[in-house]
Amino acid sequence: MANQDVIIDIRHLSKSYGDKKVLDDINFQIRKGEFITLLGPSGCGKTTTLRIIAGFVEASDGEVLLEGSDISGIPPYKRPFNTVFQRYALFPHLDVYDNVAFGLKLRNLPEERIDQLVRRALKLVSMSDYESRDVDSLSGGQQQRVAIARALVNKPQVLLLDEPLAALDLKMRKDMQMELKEMHEKIGITFIYVTHDQEEALTLSDTIVVMNEGRIQQIGTPTEIYNEPQNEFVADFIGESNILNGTMVCDRKVNFIEHEFECVDEGFGENTPVDVVIRPEDIYIMSKLEGAQFTATVKSCTFKGVHYQMFVDTDKGYELMVQDYNAFEVGSTVGLFIKPFDIQVMRKPRTCNSFEGEIIDSTHVWILGESFECRETSLEPGTKVKVDVEFDKIDLQDHQEEGTVDGEVHFILYKGNHYHLTILTAHGDHIYVDTQDIWDKGDLVGINIAPEDLIITECND
Amino acid sequence: MKKFLAQSYIWIVLILLYSPLIFIAVFSFTESRVLGNWTGFSLKLYENLFSGGMNGSSSLMSAVKNTFIIAVIAASLSTILGTIAAIGIFNLRGRRKQTMQFLNNIPMLNPDVITGVSLFLLFVFLGFSQGYVTVILAHISFCTPYVVLSVLPRLTQLNPNTYEAALDLGATPSQALFKVLIPQLRPGMISGFFLAFTMSLDDFAVTFFTRGTIGLDTLSTYIYTDARKGGLTPELRPLMTLIFLIILVLLIILNVHQARQIKKQKKNEKISKYSAGSGFSHRLSRRS
Amino acid sequence: MIKRSNWSIPYFIFLILFVVMPLVLVAVFAFQDGSGRFTLANITRFFTDKDALATFALSIEIAIENTALCILIGYPVAWILSNKKYNHSTVTIILFILPMWINALMRTLATAELFNMLDFNLGKGTLLYGMVYDYLPFMIYPIYNILNKMDKSYAEAAEDLGANPWQVFWKVTFPLSIPGVASGILMVFMPTVSTFAISEFLTNGKIKLFGTIIQENINSSMWNYGAALSLVMLIIIGITTLFSHKEEENMEEGLI
Repeated sequence: MANQDVIIDIRHLSKSYGDKKVLDDINFQIRKGEFITLLGPSGCGKTTTLRIIAGFVEASDGEVLLEGSDISGIPPYKRPFNTVFQRYALFPHLDVYDNVAFGLKLRNLPEERIDQLVRRALKLVSMSDYESRDVDSLSGGQQQRVAIARALVNKPQVLLLDEPLAALDLKMRKDMQMELKEMHEKIGITFIYVTHDQEEALTLSDTIVVMNEGRIQQIGTPTEIYNEPQNEFVADFIGESNILNGTMVCDRKVNFIEHEFECVDEGFGENTPVDVVIRPEDIYIMSKLEGAQFTATVKSCTFKGVHYQMFVDTDKGYELMVQDYNAFEVGSTVGLFIKPFDIQVMRKPRTCNSFEGEIIDSTHVWILGESFECRETSLEPGTKVKVDVEFDKIDLQDHQEEGTVDGEVHFILYKGNHYHLTILTAHGDHIYVDTQDIWDKGDLVGINIAPEDLIITECND
Repeated sequence: MKKFLAQSYIWIVLILLYSPLIFIAVFSFTESRVLGNWTGFSLKLYENLFSGGMNGSSSLMSAVKNTFIIAVIAASLSTILGTIAAIGIFNLRGRRKQTMQFLNNIPMLNPDVITGVSLFLLFVFLGFSQGYVTVILAHISFCTPYVVLSVLPRLTQLNPNTYEAALDLGATPSQALFKVLIPQLRPGMISGFFLAFTMSLDDFAVTFFTRGTIGLDTLSTYIYTDARKGGLTPELRPLMTLIFLIILVLLIILNVHQARQIKKQKKNEKISKYSAGSGFSHRLSRRS
Repeated sequence: MIKRSNWSIPYFIFLILFVVMPLVLVAVFAFQDGSGRFTLANITRFFTDKDALATFALSIEIAIENTALCILIGYPVAWILSNKKYNHSTVTIILFILPMWINALMRTLATAELFNMLDFNLGKGTLLYGMVYDYLPFMIYPIYNILNKMDKSYAEAAEDLGANPWQVFWKVTFPLSIPGVASGILMVFMPTVSTFAISEFLTNGKIKLFGTIIQENINSSMWNYGAALSLVMLIIIGITTLFSHKEEENMEEGLI
């Protein structure tokens, strides 16, 4: 990437509201003319990032460079950016024409020039006939067009779009996506687009920045993001996927669902635990069993318009999602096959829970902001310790009062034969849990750990 | 700097707004019968107010009592009348609904003097002897619209099927009304009651014209006559101070309570949003 | 099933009896002489009575001045209160609306007594001060409400399009807050025109407003003339209501 190509450079951007960190060390560059999308679930920090670029929010730390110079202190009205707001924010006291002319009038351009530019902008979004209409008499899609015209007429260097299509119905959204893409190609300015809709991001963008919990998870082209997710969050968030526990036996050989598969990955070491991602359309399904790598029973089959989506139980009892153009009868036994380059192997971020703590007395240890009973220890009270707990050794209770610590189910992954949950405790710690039980995101839970499951080791430093 | 200017402006206006009240409150702690004349700290005026000892203060206490009795009766009757009316209006359509809403608006837009004079003329015309009953009727007439306006939005939010569900489950219409409809309308009725109650407490002009000549006094009319005679009864000072404090405390409690409700609501919303957004619902639903 | 729309009938009868009838009676009395015969004398008497006309004009003048002062003083207060940068506490807001709950006569008397103690000359100045003092909260509250509920993205959009803070206010915030100002005017102007007692207290009886004249006529049993004066006021009120109501409705439609 040539450096003079970069229009916006975001460096070490952080933002906290009180104790809550909504952005944590965000770094990325935006090239001139690029269509870049910030993608993530609600509350991931994508809108905050956009608002910092626009100038509505001040960053707690870090800087935004526009063509090499820091713009942190510059108020929004002096920045060469314009925004298309989530709910359009068209001025209800002005008609369509005056909404679009708003920015031009502030710059004291001559009447005729304004007139010319407004008409051109309205023509670009095919709203020429609506000049004197009240903005409230317009449909959602029409308001959307006016909002785009209002921003573009000022000839910004960068157009910021904050979930601009979120309020439209599906059909309208698809149409507007195509129009936006065409518009981007026609005008050639940089678009920064914020959305939580992964399909929209994949369709529109040159580059996608996937965010979660204030951090960047992955930056790449749509193809890279889809085919080579770097972690289980991206794999789960973008498209449908099967995420499974596996072991890298050696280079180019991985074991999961209790079968060994050839793959293309190297350099993980031998017998390393890994996460494996397989897209449902990458699993080949056939009725004959010879030549198959493993067999399975079809549990359900649903027509999804173009393809059929099936859930199958493998011979070793794992559940997989499979997509194919042909339907297979429920209850029938099928053969399955996965090609080496369709297997995406990811390093596991952790293999067990690991908490920092302190010994209270011979049978209690202080972790997660509470006192936990543990096996008798000879360590002195006050000793700093590391406490490990296996994922499946954490006991979740329906009622918060029944647990030593309470928390909320924050993230759920299905791993073929069990769920991998991320629990956010009341004190802000993360606990990872493997369980067979079904929980919902947002469920409030009590957390217990049996004394014998706390594995305590003394910290040396 | 801007913040400093903004805040000083706010405080200057507040000081101007409160200086008379504070002035009265300060001089409620002295015995002097003339305002502005400090004769040392004393709780005598408070004692007088409650014991009814000094001349004039017993009629003051009876005025306070009248004010409250009238307000409680008027607000209660308005709440009943207004709730029934709101249910009726909600079920009306077209022209008739518009007419009712228009009529309901009149007492709210009418200046007190006009309401007072017009009701006075009515009672004269009908030959009613004026007193407690006419004052209460008058108060109901300007309080009920506020109850209607508090209950109507509740009805709009209501799921229309709950009443039918109750009937379907075997409730008689009156059981359905008291066990299903009224409980759901209660918040609107309560805020309507309090609005009516404060409107009634506050009223001067309407009471003035409809109380007749039997010597019925509410706090407002008492103050009016008193001031026309020249000078405030000193016992009004502690009374005003107490009313001020009670309202302050009530408002703060109400607001804290409201803030908590809002917080609770937000939390609930958050939870439901999360569970709705669960990406694995397709698997969960299939399993259950 | 009983028709639930019929539930409005008791209230309808009540309204006819205690709201419509009295107003009709005002009109009837206004066009009658003491013995119940039709006459225009009461109306013509008002339009030929210099004192009454002068009082009427003064009432309107004071009401306009009071309303204007309340907007001038109250709008900045409402704006500051609704601005998160300058105010985070609900207590300040409570402090501003609290006086609305205290008996207006009591507050007025307190003000008059304070002026008395400070040896101020009671007159038009003190009357206006007292009026502003009495009605300011009624102006602040609706404006604060609308500013507080206003979608912040309008201001942001304006800023995004190149408006500096001053331009944001005059081109977006203020025009969008006009419905609040309109209901503030409704809550201040009309009561001021019709007020009585307040003006007497604050000027020691020196200045009489229209409301006072109505009250005096009724109290001295000149019902027909009192009714005629009330009718005049009713018409004024009707016109202002219609006017500000239209404004409010126009803007409300625009806000949704």
